[in-house]
Amino acid sequence: MNAVAESRPPESRIDRRFQALKAEGRAGLITFITAGDPDPAACQTLLDGLPAAGADLIELGVPFTDPMADGPSIQASSLRALNAGMTVRKTLSLVTKFREKDGETPIILMGYYNPIYAYGVDRFLVDAKASGVDGLIIVDLPPEEDGELCVPAIRAGINFIRLTTPTTDEKRLPAVLQNTSGFLYYVSIAGITGTASAANTAVDAAVARLKRNSDLPVAVGFGIKTPAQAAEVARVADAVVVGSAIVSRLADGLDETGALSPGLVEDVLGFVRELAEGVRTARG
Amino acid sequence: MTRPNTYRSGPDEQGHFGIFGGRYVAETLMPLILDVEKAYREARADPAFEGEMLRQLKQYVGRPNPLYFAERLTEKLGGAKIYFKREELNHTGAHKINNCIGQILLARRMGKTRIIAETGAGQHGVATATVCALYNMPCVIYMGETDIARQAPNVFRMKLLGAEVRAVTSGAKTLKDAMNEALRDWVTNVADTFYIIGTAAGPHPYPTIVRDFQSVIGTEVKTQMQEQEGRLPDSLIACVGGGSNAIGLFHPFLDDPSVAMIAVEAAGRGLDKGPLDHAASINGGRPGVLHGNRTYLLQDEDGQILEGHSISAGLDYPGVGPEHAWLNDVGRVTYAAATDAEALEAFQLCAQTEGIIPALESAHALAEVIKRAPTLPKDHLMVLCLSGRGDKDIFSVAQHLGVSL
Repeated sequence: MNAVAESRPPESRIDRRFQALKAEGRAGLITFITAGDPDPAACQTLLDGLPAAGADLIELGVPFTDPMADGPSIQASSLRALNAGMTVRKTLSLVTKFREKDGETPIILMGYYNPIYAYGVDRFLVDAKASGVDGLIIVDLPPEEDGELCVPAIRAGINFIRLTTPTTDEKRLPAVLQNTSGFLYYVSIAGITGTASAANTAVDAAVARLKRNSDLPVAVGFGIKTPAQAAEVARVADAVVVGSAIVSRLADGLDETGALSPGLVEDVLGFVRELAEGVRTARG
Repeated sequence: MTRPNTYRSGPDEQGHFGIFGGRYVAETLMPLILDVEKAYREARADPAFEGEMLRQLKQYVGRPNPLYFAERLTEKLGGAKIYFKREELNHTGAHKINNCIGQILLARRMGKTRIIAETGAGQHGVATATVCALYNMPCVIYMGETDIARQAPNVFRMKLLGAEVRAVTSGAKTLKDAMNEALRDWVTNVADTFYIIGTAAGPHPYPTIVRDFQSVIGTEVKTQMQEQEGRLPDSLIACVGGGSNAIGLFHPFLDDPSVAMIAVEAAGRGLDKGPLDHAASINGGRPGVLHGNRTYLLQDEDGQILEGHSISAGLDYPGVGPEHAWLNDVGRVTYAAATDAEALEAFQLCAQTEGIIPALESAHALAEVIKRAPTLPKDHLMVLCLSGRGDKDIFSVAQHLGVSL
């Protein structure tokens, strides 16, 4: 199942975006939002506004009732989205509409396996590719289960991006790197999203170790909340992932009924602009 | 599906029982899960580990517990000869302690210094808090806020035993959410923490570990029935939520073709009422992936997990152990279901005919006994796993019967 020959799909939007970032000599900003949060229409507006606000790549969370690796803010955002009627099919529709205006910014779906399994893996891959999805990050599919989705995704021309963590030791790293493409996502803390932040020195060493073992770009995420923290990580990483902080900014601005208040999408995009500014000036 | 040569060889190297089982967990947990597997294999090969476990099961838990001939119930139902495997007589009042003794010994062997667990009805939480007191280890129990309200006596028991009970307020605030929260804790504290999973589910090797530690139930039944009746039983009946007492009773008998096995799921308000009204994952769910394994799950079209319902907090879980999912598909075990009302009736009948107040979980299995025993000949030997005692349930039973205490 883990044939090396299958480990990379043809050059993708993700590859091209990282090549462009390298040419510019800067790190990229990867922003995470949950599909359908707080409702499908508002989410579409937010999603469509991300590239202009400075997001270089976009992670779109596929909501799930039981997000075991996520902290309170992404748990809450998943529930808001599900309560607003979000589904896998509607998530793909968000991407289709986004692609009508933007053919360059990579979109990576991030989530858990069961909604995809329920949709049907083969059908999902066909529909995801057609809608303009470039990559998948599926938290509960380690290399041991590559036959489920990873290998079929590569065959369908979709990058399968793996998380590496502080617990991924030397012995395990080759298995994690195999079949990974697009970029490597280094989870900088052993924990759930949106909680603690890692020490910078530990991140530096971990990124250096991954770079010694792989030629893929390395993105760093989990626990990065402010433009200053993003800038700090952007010195050493090829990209910085910010998720919970963006999702919290959105949640904090919802009115008491959980509905969008005027100017909220602009406010969240303003925060993304600050993060992008931090990332872009990090190596200046 | 072709009939395998043995039903007892699973799981395979990757932790699969047929298409079920596996290791669907975040990367942070994978190295740890591989360590648990290795440590478990070594422990089982170490006579010192077996020795300590057997000593505790005998002297602390009180095993072997009796295989009791339920004479009055047998007479009343007028058919099969009914035996109760008295797991409710174990220290802490349920089968859960069998597994907790084994897992805490494994945790100590691995050098872990902190224990976490999830609990629904509180039985596994009490058993875990108990072994943590016994071995002087700090213990955090995750319990849904809804369950905390339903199971106040067990919450207090856990606290008395020195455990910290953390209320889970995410999702539906019941067992599945408690398991999510325990997994979140584990991912954050991988270095020093051992997760004692209470049911025969979760990522490989947990379904195997729990099954093996609970198999003492079936192994004792085999010996005791031989002593008392000189032969194998004809049928075995147990309730199944995650399914740890059922797999423990069944596993030693899987390759004895004359022994019929019936597991009883919680049909809640009725299987025909829809997926939100029962907790019968096999009878009313379909395969999916949750909490580290593929198994039958209560879920909607989009793969979102549904909150089941049962009068019994211990059966109120939207999944089932992966080995049960497989045993269902290969046809070795029959998966029946009992409603809240049937369980309540069985609960009262057991109390009045045998002087035993069963757990509401066990009362589901008893409801199946009540349906089957009258149709069977008097020489049919039927074993019910009386998995727990019902003291914890008297408040909710009173409420359902319209009695105020």
